Amino acid sequence: METHKFICIGCPMGCDLTVTVDGDNISVTGNTCKRGEDYAKKEVTRPMRVLTSSVKVDGGEYPVVSVRTNCDIDKDKLFECMKVIKDTTVKAPIKIGDVLIKNILNTSADIIATKDVDKA
Amino acid sequence: MKNYMFDVAIIGAGVSGCAVARELSKYKLNIAVLEKNEDVCTGTSKANSGIVHAGFDAEPDSLMAKLNVKGNEMMDKFSKDLDFDFQRIGSLVVCNSQDNTEILYQLKEQGEKNGVKGLRILNREELFSLEPNLADDSHLALFAPSGGIVCPFSFNIALAENAFENGVQFFFDSPVDAVSKDENGYVIKSKDKIFSAKCVVNAAGVYADVIHNMVSDEKIEIIPRKGEYMLLDKSENGYVNHTVFTLPNNFGKGVLVSPTAHGNILVGPTANDIDDKEYTDTTSDGLQEVREKANAMMKNLPLNKVITSFAGLRAHEKRHDFRIEEVKDAPFFFDCAAIESPGLSSALAIGEYLCNMICEKLNPEKKDNFISKRKGILNPFTLSKEEFSALVKEKPEYGKVVCRCESITEGQIIDAIKRPLGARTIDGIKRRTRAGMGRCQSGFCLPRTLEILAQETGMDITEITKCGENSEFLQE
Amino acid sequence: MDKEFDIVIIGGGPAGLAAAVSAYDEGEKNIVIIERSEQLGGILNQCIHNGFGLHTFKEELTGPEYAARFEDEVKKRNIECLLNTMVLDISSDKIVTAINKDDGMFSIKAKTVVLCMGCRERPRGALNIPGARPAGVYSAGTAQKLINISGMKIGKEIVILGSGDIGLIMARRLTLEGAKVKAVVELMPYSGGLKRNIVQCLDDYSIPLLLSHTITKINGKHRIKSVIVSEVDENRRPIKGTETEYKCDTLLLSVGLLPENELSKKAGVNINNVTGGPVVTQDFETNIEGVFACGNVLHVHDLVDFVSEEASDAGKNAALYVKNSDKKKGKTVIVKAENGVRYVVPNTIDTNFEEDIKLRFRVDNIYKNVYIKVTMGDKELIKRKKMIVAPGEMETLVLKKEMLSDSDNIDNIIVSLER
Repeated sequence: METHKFICIGCPMGCDLTVTVDGDNISVTGNTCKRGEDYAKKEVTRPMRVLTSSVKVDGGEYPVVSVRTNCDIDKDKLFECMKVIKDTTVKAPIKIGDVLIKNILNTSADIIATKDVDKA
Repeated sequence: MKNYMFDVAIIGAGVSGCAVARELSKYKLNIAVLEKNEDVCTGTSKANSGIVHAGFDAEPDSLMAKLNVKGNEMMDKFSKDLDFDFQRIGSLVVCNSQDNTEILYQLKEQGEKNGVKGLRILNREELFSLEPNLADDSHLALFAPSGGIVCPFSFNIALAENAFENGVQFFFDSPVDAVSKDENGYVIKSKDKIFSAKCVVNAAGVYADVIHNMVSDEKIEIIPRKGEYMLLDKSENGYVNHTVFTLPNNFGKGVLVSPTAHGNILVGPTANDIDDKEYTDTTSDGLQEVREKANAMMKNLPLNKVITSFAGLRAHEKRHDFRIEEVKDAPFFFDCAAIESPGLSSALAIGEYLCNMICEKLNPEKKDNFISKRKGILNPFTLSKEEFSALVKEKPEYGKVVCRCESITEGQIIDAIKRPLGARTIDGIKRRTRAGMGRCQSGFCLPRTLEILAQETGMDITEITKCGENSEFLQE
Repeated sequence: MDKEFDIVIIGGGPAGLAAAVSAYDEGEKNIVIIERSEQLGGILNQCIHNGFGLHTFKEELTGPEYAARFEDEVKKRNIECLLNTMVLDISSDKIVTAINKDDGMFSIKAKTVVLCMGCRERPRGALNIPGARPAGVYSAGTAQKLINISGMKIGKEIVILGSGDIGLIMARRLTLEGAKVKAVVELMPYSGGLKRNIVQCLDDYSIPLLLSHTITKINGKHRIKSVIVSEVDENRRPIKGTETEYKCDTLLLSVGLLPENELSKKAGVNINNVTGGPVVTQDFETNIEGVFACGNVLHVHDLVDFVSEEASDAGKNAALYVKNSDKKKGKTVIVKAENGVRYVVPNTIDTNFEEDIKLRFRVDNIYKNVYIKVTMGDKELIKRKKMIVAPGEMETLVLKKEMLSDSDNIDNIIVSLER
């Protein structure tokens, strides 16, 4: 049996959540609503985040283009993904929504552009 | 090692050094200005009250008294010829209920002895009609109509640029490591450079003692006397209309509240003697002292509108007078030392006074091609709508505002970089154009200013500094 | 080159874009947006993180994506946009003077002006932190721009003063970029940022949040070398003896936002001392007839979605003003903030209104289990229980016409908290 502590991000209450994991049995205390329970369970089983960053652009009106993952990725993959993103350079023009890195680190998430960048 | 030969080497590119350089540049002389920092106006000259004192504070017959009154008189013509910001707004020394009014009358008498014109004692009613925001217990004041305000940066820069145009060479990042005498005059070592000069001017500000003591057995000591200030937003323009002083004390003129040449309100300074000649940090005690003293002088002082605070070091010597003379045991070596307040007010007179002394020794010929005027950076917003549009047609860079707090365009920033002795750092641009000096303190314009400076100088943007070596903004 | 427009929108950020679209959709098509930078979208362009649009689009977008949605709407309608154009002056008779590289200086005669200039960050100077003035001290937004737009690196060892959202977002961004964020220092006993940002930007990366602390000194003559962090007492004064030095090469300041009303003031617009924004009616009209204000220039919002919503209302009202179809002219009552409520927008209400009025307000502290209520004289118009209210989050309540039916003898509506 193990316990984890989180602050709930559902609302400004910021409830202090305690999650107890006992095999398949996960129980949450400290929450004041259902959203808190759901959040805590997800955080303890598989915390996921959207990653946003920027990618270098060659020959563009701006030197970088802002990007994000098109879905949540595992929290512990964030830094590895950042390495891939930092090593990538794309050529202008870029359209919002363009897939710049496909299936990054086999997470099944794509890195997509969140902005248009025209040629310089 | 690179060797240079000059007739005159001036150590220090502050306002005194540049005033001397500019005066000497009227003559057929090879002149060098050696500056330890990256630009002109980086020491005492950049962080002071920007006040042109009338001249009633100094002891009659002192050099301070003489040069202050003279320097003040010279400001009108010079500010026009050299195009820098100067306004004769008048100053007030105000007595409150605690003060000994006798001192005020003594001050007036002293001022008159010094040759200050137009001094008047104002009663409470007259005083409040001029300055309604004075503390209620203010009841008597000495009014000096000749008191003024000057932009200390543009004053210093104007002198330097004009000197440069007249052939004076400037060497930045050139701290003086050693000065020695030889048969032809003096040899100055600065990093990898050696300067030989017949004549040396020591205008090294708080370091003037170090330089002096390199050549003379009569040692002097310059004590950095720190002054801390707060600057209020331009939105408070009109809160005071004159430079308002309290009665002077042993440490100088006390705290003042004054408009600046650009319409901010300046509050300060403190006066604390320190050891470190580089320690221009503000302190919580210092700023608190400024707050308390200013609040005692004024009512409803909008101290919530502070946009920045800063500290400067005055070059104080115990005997408290300017030391402007040929050093007794070092012929052809001139001190321009202990230039504390009213140094800025006296700068033009100091330049003339020293120039005359040097000319007596060197007997140089006058140039017939001396350029007596200099044009500052154009402020396009002083133009009419039609003129502005015509300018933009020719130079589109004036159509884009970079610093929105001070309304500074790309055109002005490029001018500041491209002009003689142009800016090489962000602070250099700031002092020349005021970009970044406004209420947001460069938050908005810094990224663009960095880009323009990189583009115009060919430097990589990561090499751009705030104020010279080790003050880079960005990393590779 | 002088022009005439029915509606001149000052600022092409989220407020300006939403105002333009809704004014157009109300039938007034002679609109111009004046934007000082080279692109529309304003500050959203540098807010590359996600978390925008949940209210407006029911999906989570990044700043540039949110902006692009509105830009597309503006483009679809062919609304004229003057980019790289800086407004210098707005006169009280609605002559807008502006400059750009193509036209030099020119004037626009406007029937109505919508102020959408947004806000700016409080600078270091306003805090008066003692110490040196070295390179490496940035407002969080400047740092954000340098990193996200210019693609630059600003430093490796970071301390952040202020736990506003931009500071929190930058803590994460810099950490992901490989920098070490040593601490986020917050003067207040609570953070002004969203809970979600505290967790996902600080806790995720084990960045310490030092509440009730401040920076009491900045060290470093050329580039910042360290800061001194001190604990503060309940009066927010540093406690002697609690000083700790944090070595750093960069200090970010995220200490609040101020509506940018220099132009409004020049035009003669009255400013509310609490919000720093114009005093407005329920139509978002200022004291100058035909001059409207919305978005962060009016009051600083927590979410851009709420900016868009407010600006949309303001744009519509500007269009109605041009059409002169606004039939209100009933009695004016003043809306007051009391007892835990810092301010309310709007400041006045004309009681002869048709559509519901949204009251937007902020509280002055964290309160748990309180009622927010709206009263008129002895009459309680609205009373709603809240588990928690916090200064960082904007609250809203809706006033309906029938609530104000017997307002004849009443001069004030009061929004307050009841414990």
